[in-house]
Amino acid sequence: MIEQFDAIVVGAGMSGNAAAYTLASQGLKVLQLERGEYPGSKNVQGAIMYANMLEKIIPDFRDDAPLERHLVEQRLWVMDDTSHTGIHYRSDDFNEAKPNRYTIIRAQFDKWFSRKVREAGATVLCETTATELVRDGNGKVIGVRTDRAGGVVFANVVVLAEGVSGLLGTRAGLREMPKPETVALAVKEMHFLPEEVIGQRFGVKGDEGCVIEAVGTISRSMAGLGFLYTNKESISLGIGCLVSDFAATMESPSALLDAMKNHPSIRPLIAGSEVKEYAAHLIPEGGYRAIPQLFGDGWVIVGDAAQLNNAIHREGSNLAMTSGRVAAEAIIKVKSRNGPMTKANLALYKTMLDDSFVIKDLKKYKDMPALLHTNSSNFFDSYPRLMSHAAQNFMRVDGTPKIEKEKNTTAAFINARSRWGLVSDAVRLALAWR
Amino acid sequence: MTIAVTKVRVEDKLYQNRYLVDSGRPHIIVRPHDKPSANLLALTYVCPAKCYELNDKGQVEITADGCMECGTCRILCEKGGDIEWNYPRGGFGVLFKFG
Repeated sequence: MIEQFDAIVVGAGMSGNAAAYTLASQGLKVLQLERGEYPGSKNVQGAIMYANMLEKIIPDFRDDAPLERHLVEQRLWVMDDTSHTGIHYRSDDFNEAKPNRYTIIRAQFDKWFSRKVREAGATVLCETTATELVRDGNGKVIGVRTDRAGGVVFANVVVLAEGVSGLLGTRAGLREMPKPETVALAVKEMHFLPEEVIGQRFGVKGDEGCVIEAVGTISRSMAGLGFLYTNKESISLGIGCLVSDFAATMESPSALLDAMKNHPSIRPLIAGSEVKEYAAHLIPEGGYRAIPQLFGDGWVIVGDAAQLNNAIHREGSNLAMTSGRVAAEAIIKVKSRNGPMTKANLALYKTMLDDSFVIKDLKKYKDMPALLHTNSSNFFDSYPRLMSHAAQNFMRVDGTPKIEKEKNTTAAFINARSRWGLVSDAVRLALAWR
Repeated sequence: MTIAVTKVRVEDKLYQNRYLVDSGRPHIIVRPHDKPSANLLALTYVCPAKCYELNDKGQVEITADGCMECGTCRILCEKGGDIEWNYPRGGFGVLFKFG
């Protein structure tokens, strides 16, 4: 018996669940494939979840979604070997009735999201790896081959929500494999501590949470970012750097993470914790210029598989959820006017996504990835060291006249980078940001 | 010596994780080679699960049991033909409790 679906969604991460939920809740016959034992068992994220993007899919998610802490404070630390210079933003305004963002634990959150998808009417098939797209004589995608015996399933449209390293799109030539300079490898540990201890150490009470993101010498001249996210009874702690930089420096990611944990600014925050998991994941960092063709005859690509990640603002899952929802809405529109799932009709997905914050934000930072990639030793090593020296020079009172201190600081910057280098870095950064 | 210490540490870390190993069906295979390419050699350092190791003949070998399926080796080495890369069969491989 050949079963025909309206849509097959490959993957049960943020984008796949958003797509499957939206499609199924509008009455489409949806099959979702997930290679893990349960949805979430293969998924890794920091993780921060932005409420607005989920609200657009499941407005009352706060009633039963597994949320850890809502965030009231964000710290950005620029680090050298012994110090951090920080910008902290904290506001009681974030203690609102419907908080703006939360920390989550993906394995638990994804199980919940998947339950919603099933309740909406989709069929979710786990422990099933989709291995190949099936096409008809004209090249239109008509289904998916799986690793189950006789495992070919058919649908009018396939939503590729298979993640950054998905097999289907790359094997079928719909998208290129990401290049080493357009993906970051992040490693993460889960550090467990009693709830009150986390509250005390991060200066938060109840369900309030705090985020620390750190750049500087912890990434050893590679383009990278470290993070500590407070969950209820654990801290997600990790660091990610471009794969091309890892390959060039031959740094060990786990050693890098251990060194970060030993940094004098971080060590006291996790002292005495019990580590219960070590995870690794790739993060798409290529930005706007790395976005592949997003639609074709019988298929659309969403989420990380489409490189939809805003590395500058560290937003990934909200772009994933939004692209999944928008793709589903486009499919629903095409179906509602009895249109076939052709390339021409599915172009609607791209039009709708272009009109959303997803593409607008990525376009804004289109030159940022290349700038950080080519300039990593300045931005992630020289400048952080200079900043620390300048701060320390300013704060130590040792009888040196202030005018001399200022001269020393200026000289240090010029020695390290030259006047021309400083101006050029500033201009390039400003242009890429604009 | 330093490398040996790091290796033990990574193995300790992986010990925290849950895996369902598909015995006898490794999902990643290193193609036979005399001398590893620069990227393949880099994996002996860069693989976050330390799955790749240099043997005494100077060739790179893989033990994929502790693989966290991140895909780094695929990004670095699939195109050049150093490795043959797949996800484990459905249900097998790493099972993140937290993710």
